[in-house]
Amino acid sequence: MTSNNDFLLHVDDLVMHFPIYRGVFQRKVGAVHAVDRVSFDVKKGETLGLVGESGCGKTTVGRTILQLYRPTSGKVEFEGVDLVRLKGEDMRRMRRKMQMIFQDPYASLNPRMTVEQLVGEPLLVHNVVAGKEINDRVKQLLELVKLNPSFANRYAHEFSGGQRQRIGIARALALNPNFIICDEPISALDVSIQAQVVNLLEELQAQFGLTYLFIAHDLSMVRHISTRVAVMYLGVIMELADRDELYNNPLHPYTQALLSAVPIPDPIADARRQRVILEGDVPSPVNPPSGCRFRTRCPIAVAMCAESRPEFREIKPGHFVACHLAK
Amino acid sequence: MTQPVTPTGNNELLGTAVAMRKITRFERLLGPDNYRIMQGLFKTPASIAGSILILLFILVAIFAPVLAPPVTPNDPYKIPRDGFKSQPREPGSDWTKNVPDIPFWYKAVTGNEEWVHLFGTAQGQYDIYYGVIWGTRTAFRAGFIVVLSTLLIGVVVGSVSAYYGGLTDNILMRIVDVLLVLPGLMATLILAAVLTPIIGKSTLPVMISLIAFGWLGYSRIIRGDILSVKQRDFILAARVIGAKDSRILFRHIIPNAIVPTMVLASLDIGTVTLSFSALSFLGIGVEVGYADWGQVLAFARNWITSLNTYWYIIVYPGVTLVLFVLGWNLLGDALRDVLDPRMRGKV
Repeated sequence: MTSNNDFLLHVDDLVMHFPIYRGVFQRKVGAVHAVDRVSFDVKKGETLGLVGESGCGKTTVGRTILQLYRPTSGKVEFEGVDLVRLKGEDMRRMRRKMQMIFQDPYASLNPRMTVEQLVGEPLLVHNVVAGKEINDRVKQLLELVKLNPSFANRYAHEFSGGQRQRIGIARALALNPNFIICDEPISALDVSIQAQVVNLLEELQAQFGLTYLFIAHDLSMVRHISTRVAVMYLGVIMELADRDELYNNPLHPYTQALLSAVPIPDPIADARRQRVILEGDVPSPVNPPSGCRFRTRCPIAVAMCAESRPEFREIKPGHFVACHLAK
Repeated sequence: MTQPVTPTGNNELLGTAVAMRKITRFERLLGPDNYRIMQGLFKTPASIAGSILILLFILVAIFAPVLAPPVTPNDPYKIPRDGFKSQPREPGSDWTKNVPDIPFWYKAVTGNEEWVHLFGTAQGQYDIYYGVIWGTRTAFRAGFIVVLSTLLIGVVVGSVSAYYGGLTDNILMRIVDVLLVLPGLMATLILAAVLTPIIGKSTLPVMISLIAFGWLGYSRIIRGDILSVKQRDFILAARVIGAKDSRILFRHIIPNAIVPTMVLASLDIGTVTLSFSALSFLGIGVEVGYADWGQVLAFARNWITSLNTYWYIIVYPGVTLVLFVLGWNLLGDALRDVLDPRMRGKV
């Protein structure tokens, strides 16, 4: 993976282990291997979808990129600057360029602040605009996310879930960032509202040339919004490819199993297709399997899979797979 | 494989829809949580009784100069004495020396032309009525000053402890543990007894001692609440937009964590007043003759064997004290019911 000007974000061998302490003396007895040697790039203006089941480390990847968790090792290069090395004030300034939209629109807005304070806070803490201009900018942002600007001095609890999520989007847009991590922005919403929020995200991307890292577990939604898609399992990226390539020609057995679980809105076709059903549960991230993380549940695993960890190789141009057997 | 599902919802009208329930200006000012708390204060008969009691005491404290015009205007907290005889006199007996001015309501309410000792006199001819009326101010002052100071100290220590965590947290909480080992009232009593000769007789030594041992509980409670609020998503959101530590602590964490501590504080006003009176009764703190309920009760100590004759020394200040503490407790209970989801709706 070469770094050139097309890339906005370059994640290299990112590792995030959360230590586990036990006992009276708080001895370190192990670690949750939430993210284990993850590498990927995000191109300018694209939407990279990141899918995987619950607990596979998708959210941790997002939060580690924004340095909300300090990674155990690895590099996160944003516009050529390694964020892992940035400290204090330098990192705080960098935050203007990257923002996040949270999963739960009920938990991510401070219940004691009005919409105006919530959306205006980024402007205030970065001294972008001052005094009355904040009000104007907030009104403008609210219009952008199709909320009535006259609601500016209401509290978050007075809004519905979709409206709250749009308040969160307005807050993320306040500083004109280039990069937004959408951490399951639609999973907590009603289906009717999901479409509304996704359409808004797409409109905003077209309007401002935003780059998204779209974290989700809804495969159909990811297919709709993404340019490229990465599939994660137990802290490791298993497969990364262009959207159509990944959905039409999945090479990793986990991706194949995942895609075969997507419901088809046609009962006859649904009954006729062959599904890959995985046995067992996801192993504990405290004590992950040796070699390939997926080998314990893989239908085609061989002896080699337990011995060495498969390299994340480029099998076709732009199609990366971490599997010994993929061709 | 599957067909991509294109979302086609056009719900633009939803952008202008808001909650149907009418939200009053008062509710918007207080915010949802505080409004619910305010509602809780006037919901059950017990909470209404508590509110009314406290309101009455507030009125008595405010209008003390009208209800009992001070004989010595420079020092209104000094209970006027009608002579120096040791034997108490019963309610309704004549007032001969140091008679106060007659306020406008007096004749209409009591039917007397001259001042009498409405609640009788205590040993040394101290007027009990004056002690009760002006003692209300002492009770409020002691209660509020002690509770506000303990709250402030507790919140600062607890917040620092929870926010920085690690070693700081450990050291501060171990100090709290050690202090909590001491029996509360006993420790307060000893400290006040030591401080009184240094500072001199006033309300100060007792208040300082009550503060010194009162903040421990608050620091514990707020620490726990901050630890839980710290994990909520909006704190992460504040870090994402680049807010500084101090802003996150004061604008995001504390406003969302302080309510349970405030409830504890409101419950404690009654308890603090009771402790203050208890120490006063034991003769620690204020000088003899200072308007304070515990002080007036202490006058009954020598007559405790013949209380069927001298009941008024103990009944008037005693009932007042009980009603005051009861009022705060009812109010505090109502607050706790509102804030404790497990108790909600069961009362």
